[in-house]
Amino acid sequence: MKSLFYFFFDGFKHLYKGGPSYYAWVIFLKIVMLVGLYAWYIQIRDGLQVTGMSDHVSWGFYISNFTFFVGVAAAAVMLVLPAYVLHDSDFSQAVLLGEGVAVSALIICIGFVGVDVGRPDRLWHMIPFIGNLHFPESMLAWDLIVLNGYLALNSLIPFYILFCKYRGIKPNNKLYVPFVYLSVFWAVGIHMVTAFLYAGLTARPYWNSSLLGPRFLASAFAAGPAVIIMVLMVIRNVWKFPIRNVTLDKLAMIATVAAQVNLIMLGSEIFKEFYWPTEHSQSAQYLFFGLHGHDALKGWIWFSIILNIIVTGFMMVHPIRKNHRVLPVLCLLLFISIWIEKGLGIIVPGFIPSPLGEIVEYTPSHIELMVSAGIIALGIFIFTCLSKVAVGIEKGEIKKSQ
Amino acid sequence: MKKKLNFMEFMNRCLPNMEDLQDSGQTSGCGSGGCGSQTTANTIVTDGGCSSGGCSSSLAEAFVEPSATCELGTCGCQPESEGFIHKPMNRRDAIKTMVGGTAATVALAQTACSPANTPEEKEEIRLKWSEYFKGNFREMTEKERASTIQRLERLAEMRGKDINVSKLGPQENVLYGYAFNIGKCKGYRKCVDACVHENNQDRDTKMQYIRIFEMENGKINLEDGKADYFHAVPREGHYYIGTQCFQCENPPCVKVCPVGATWKEKDGIIVIDYDWCIGCRYCQAACPYWARRFNWAEPKLSNEQENGKQHYLSNRKRKQGVMEKCTFCLQRTRKGENPACVEACPTGARVFGNLLDPQSEIRKIIASKRVFRLKEELGTEPKFWYYMDQ
Repeated sequence: MKSLFYFFFDGFKHLYKGGPSYYAWVIFLKIVMLVGLYAWYIQIRDGLQVTGMSDHVSWGFYISNFTFFVGVAAAAVMLVLPAYVLHDSDFSQAVLLGEGVAVSALIICIGFVGVDVGRPDRLWHMIPFIGNLHFPESMLAWDLIVLNGYLALNSLIPFYILFCKYRGIKPNNKLYVPFVYLSVFWAVGIHMVTAFLYAGLTARPYWNSSLLGPRFLASAFAAGPAVIIMVLMVIRNVWKFPIRNVTLDKLAMIATVAAQVNLIMLGSEIFKEFYWPTEHSQSAQYLFFGLHGHDALKGWIWFSIILNIIVTGFMMVHPIRKNHRVLPVLCLLLFISIWIEKGLGIIVPGFIPSPLGEIVEYTPSHIELMVSAGIIALGIFIFTCLSKVAVGIEKGEIKKSQ
Repeated sequence: MKKKLNFMEFMNRCLPNMEDLQDSGQTSGCGSGGCGSQTTANTIVTDGGCSSGGCSSSLAEAFVEPSATCELGTCGCQPESEGFIHKPMNRRDAIKTMVGGTAATVALAQTACSPANTPEEKEEIRLKWSEYFKGNFREMTEKERASTIQRLERLAEMRGKDINVSKLGPQENVLYGYAFNIGKCKGYRKCVDACVHENNQDRDTKMQYIRIFEMENGKINLEDGKADYFHAVPREGHYYIGTQCFQCENPPCVKVCPVGATWKEKDGIIVIDYDWCIGCRYCQAACPYWARRFNWAEPKLSNEQENGKQHYLSNRKRKQGVMEKCTFCLQRTRKGENPACVEACPTGARVFGNLLDPQSEIRKIIASKRVFRLKEELGTEPKFWYYMDQ
């Protein structure tokens, strides 16, 4: 018990050790968070009318980002699976950081849902036994359970391992490995459930597709490892944490394969929508070509798809992918293209046209953008803290004093 | 200990007196002289007795129900653990206890910012506090329902409006249905106006439940129609078709709600508990008929505009951030009247009735006319039929 206290104490103390650039980074994040907080205050005061959403497009930027970051969180499994289950030692250094990415991404997700609801003060109505959680009928109830469960798994496993390392003892495999196996299935679960959230709605033919879940997984396993590669490279350079090149190469391979699968599924979806367009293809029509003169998303989606194809093409060439100067750029571009495709390209067109055929377009407001930036900054801030302590323990800088 | 005492003193100065804190008509709790009786679930309870004597309870306890008996006149607030563990507690009380501390701080901050000095202000605070912790209407006992309605009526009275909120349940052997004659509707939209006035919708955004589509002859897809027309009607070569909530027998909106804030009543009406809805808008995404509306801001409705004859599950005043929709004017129809839209229609295009009554007009229309429903293929079974005269 005492050592648990010192574990947290030493961890917090370590957070204050850093050079000017570290401090500048943290202060920058805090400023962005404060701006987001202020924007959220305005949103709470004046209601969701300050967003670009309407009765026609009732989910927008927040839920799009939520969906995307669930994918990033799920992608931690691509480190967990080889490291713990397949005992691939190339991943052992990186896996804790991967789980840190998952925790931060989940906090971002929960943040986005939290700011999207009209009555955040009533969220306690969702707590089982105190409120009424409408389980198992509502997919949102499922989502609440899987997201919080995954958050718990991804916090507790690294916590246990780090706590053992802090005390200088070897983690007991029997204690945590069962949870690792659980988290592997759970990772797939969080993204499938998030897809079912949309795919279960017959009112929205654009989402009502059995391919949505697998597509979400494929794009997650492309964008997620892309984020993790960038993060690992930054940490390797800034904190001189030894991450081997082979780890990055294997992750890049995973991202490449997943990006290919994602493109195949996208192609299949496009074929189905346009070979014989029906009334149900109107959302796709709107997204790719515009509908009755409304085409706000057309430029975005084409930019995203072309970028996606080019990046995936480059990543398929071994020498280019293995060049560690080019790799982070490719990862960034892949990340951006999938963020547009999955964020703006899946959620918003589902609402256009409305079920009664009316077309109302959507553009996020400044308030929405500021709140979103604040939430993402919060996630990055949490990741900065978690990874700093994890790296400190791994490098032996934080140890239980005798 | 000293510090806590100071806190309590501050609390007692800011918060209403104990006598005010009890819901009228309910048992009185701890008076300043002594605590004699138990309070019920929906009352806000602070330990008013603390003001009279030394009190050792923590801040959180001020908002927690006192235990059954206080032994001393100087407020024998029980120790925290005992009160929490030994007392049989329903789940709502449990959360009250848990958030008590935090919420007390919030309340403290609120009162500090806008000091509640007059008894009215204090009463308003405690009414709103009780309203915040009330349960889902569907799960309330009759007594709890009565007390929340009392609070709502009192709050309305305090803003200068006399309202009467009904909690009348579904009537026996009634299943409501609706029929719309597309041959008769001329697009005047009298129904839309009547609906807005009857159901207290937000006047600022001109929220409307009913949409009338102007359709060109020869077309049937609503996508080809126009709901925002601004010209004289009826227009040559066009016909009109109205939509609103169809009160599906198999409602997707009810299935997706994560907190069970919307459900189907026995008479077939889909209702929303406006005070339980968290505003996630999942139901809005799930509705194939675009029947649900969200309060994107605090609804604007003056006392003069407000219809005082209200029902808890229908036309009472909504708040910012919750969903609402057509209920076939529950507040009228359960008393045997027609919905406002039916009453207002000048052409007789709207027919409302009991589907379980073989003699009703709606049953005769379904049996004798050529009828259809929208999006039958989704299996939602709307209780809203379209027809035309031969």
